[in-house]
Amino acid sequence: MDVVLLSRLQFAAATMFHFLFVPFTLGLSILVAYMETRYVKTGDETYLRMTKFWGKLFLINFSLGVVTGITLEFQFGTNWSRYSAYVGDIFGSLLAIEATVAFSLESILLGVWIFGWKKLSQKAHAAVMWLVAFGSTLSAVWILIANAWMQSPVGFTIRDGRAELVDFAAILFQKHAIFKFLHTVSAAYVLSAFFVMGVSAYHLLKKQNVDFFARSFKIALGFGTIFSFIVVITGDINGVIVAEKQPTKLAAMESLWDTTTRAPVYLFVLPDEDNEKNKIEIGALPGMLSFLVHHDINAEVRGLKEFPKDERPPVLITSFAFKGMVVLGFYFILATVLGWWKRKRLVDSSKYLKLMLLSIPLPYVACELGWIVSEVGRQPWIVYGLMKTSDAVSPIATSQVLTTLIAFIMVYGLLGVTGFYLIAKNAKKGPEPAVN
Amino acid sequence: MVLQTIWFFLWGFLWAVFFMTDGFDFGVGTLYPFLGKSDQDKRIMINSLGPLWDGNEVWLITAGGVTFAAFPTLYAVMFSSLYSALMLILFALILRGVSFEFRGKVDDPRWRKIWDTCIFTGSFLPALLFGVAFANIFKGLPIDHNGIYHGTLFTLLNPYGLLGGVLFVMLFLVHGALWLAIKTEGDLHHRAASVANKLWPVLLGVVVIFLIASKFSTRLYDNYLAHPAFFIVILITVFALFGIKYFMVKETFFKAWFASALTIVGATFYGIIGLYPDMFPSTIDSQFSLTAHNASSSPLTLKIMLIVVIIFIPVVIGYQIWAYTLFKGKVTKEDLAYEEAY
Repeated sequence: MDVVLLSRLQFAAATMFHFLFVPFTLGLSILVAYMETRYVKTGDETYLRMTKFWGKLFLINFSLGVVTGITLEFQFGTNWSRYSAYVGDIFGSLLAIEATVAFSLESILLGVWIFGWKKLSQKAHAAVMWLVAFGSTLSAVWILIANAWMQSPVGFTIRDGRAELVDFAAILFQKHAIFKFLHTVSAAYVLSAFFVMGVSAYHLLKKQNVDFFARSFKIALGFGTIFSFIVVITGDINGVIVAEKQPTKLAAMESLWDTTTRAPVYLFVLPDEDNEKNKIEIGALPGMLSFLVHHDINAEVRGLKEFPKDERPPVLITSFAFKGMVVLGFYFILATVLGWWKRKRLVDSSKYLKLMLLSIPLPYVACELGWIVSEVGRQPWIVYGLMKTSDAVSPIATSQVLTTLIAFIMVYGLLGVTGFYLIAKNAKKGPEPAVN
Repeated sequence: MVLQTIWFFLWGFLWAVFFMTDGFDFGVGTLYPFLGKSDQDKRIMINSLGPLWDGNEVWLITAGGVTFAAFPTLYAVMFSSLYSALMLILFALILRGVSFEFRGKVDDPRWRKIWDTCIFTGSFLPALLFGVAFANIFKGLPIDHNGIYHGTLFTLLNPYGLLGGVLFVMLFLVHGALWLAIKTEGDLHHRAASVANKLWPVLLGVVVIFLIASKFSTRLYDNYLAHPAFFIVILITVFALFGIKYFMVKETFFKAWFASALTIVGATFYGIIGLYPDMFPSTIDSQFSLTAHNASSSPLTLKIMLIVVIIFIPVVIGYQIWAYTLFKGKVTKEDLAYEEAY
């Protein structure tokens, strides 16, 4: 194995592990802030207990998200030094702004929130959680602007052998960045809503703390339903943007080899990359792909064969990840809509509750699949059309990367097991009993 | 160019703030197995950092991010050259961070012992390695014209590098012991104060040796000899170092801690001023050295980033000071009874 592959594996392991925790943080910070606000407004102790119970799960998760995020910022330098030197003028500034403007806000104020129950007024304490939520979201804004730039580089010129910034606004406000942010953050909200609904379902099935968990479930249901729709809608818009900016990724997502008008969507495809065709194609929806990306069933969609072989992404992984994500996206809408129908008699709907309990991992899978589509689908480019991943790697020894890759897998593996063990343990334990 | 010079010193300032804030966390974590005799002592020690350590670590992210934004070539060469050392630091920081959160979550002595070990390792190792790394930067590293590093992790472990490591560990130990003296009461307070008192002469000795060794191992003094006015920075630092002792004897520990903070910032700037304009000197040929001028971003990026930091760094410092004042006062047994306590 070479440094490029090892570094890719290491970065994939590190980011995918990091992203097991980030979405939950993004969503739960808002839900916890909302619960605490309800407590401040109504004085209802149940909302306080909800804030503390879900807050505790939030904190375990947050600590894992933070510590795994730190390595990412430095890995661009350690493993992707040629990339960093080539595009740091743009990419580096986005990361630095994230640290200065957003990450500091969420980290410093979260400490205040955890330890500040007796030091601050109720209102101020709730406001601090809203600021933590704001900081987390702002963090996502900058990171996703940076990622969007890797997908669709704009606002730069090549000078002195590197990419230099010329138009900052073009980078911040490009469509790719805006819809990437909306899509990713909605997915994160869906994940946290399904977590709250799933854990609530567990307790409702056991008929314990029924009022507490029925109310938690309903708060998450409202939140989850809205964003299940938004995640699919923004996903659709992202498809149009990808078709325009990254035709190879789009073709790989649908495993489309030949440029065709009335391009179909298949319900199932098994690509055969060596022979540039699909081994199995089941359930063609003629014109569907043309319609989705160009809003015209007769429009032409470019296929993979139109691009040199060394500029195509891995088709099998990209297309499978994409199909999986889409199926799950529609499932989330169904599951939440079903919840509205059942919401008045949740305790008696044991089948639905079981379904929601078992659904906890699904948004996690969907989020990871989404990143696979985004990042594997961008290959062989690290910055689409500008720099290849193979040219981006640091001039370091294979043994160094192999050592740290093994260390990452071991340390993260242990942390993951411990972290999810603690989350599950505390989730099962349920809230502290009411004082009165 | 003026912008690059401003950024060079901002870069130094951010690292100095990181060492000054997270430094006492590292110190407390390193003292943890020695001063934490009972579980209660240990919990008081962790909770003295509780609301603040994460905010302190933010300065590492800011310093790292700013290195990337303002000096991308430096970011690329420095972090890939120091690959193994930096990865060790990052893993250590990961373990330290989760240990605080995990330790109290399962009521089992063996469980706590695991995280106790991680707290010590996760604090001591970064303190040592940051010192080793910075001393090696002061000294220079074998970097060729392509920015490729011709050395290994062990290249860094030369006498001067190790001396830098010891210096950082001593600075942070005193800083951490003083923090504990401020934040605790009773027996733990007395032990922390006594440790600070005992370590101070050792720190003084290490500082003197480091100042002399720098004459032989680095070119730091060239800038001072060219512009003798800069010697004031060394004077202030030494003055602050003696201030620690002065306030310790008077048992005004907050003032002593403040003097210690000033010592750490002074020590960082001592190196930064001597280094200028170099940021990563090459020992192969000084032509290959990365400097504030050949490693920086474009003027536009430097300008945008300057606006961002001029607005937001004071804001961050503002709410961080607010957090510090909110949690001033001693951590007591009663504080440990709260469910949110670590």
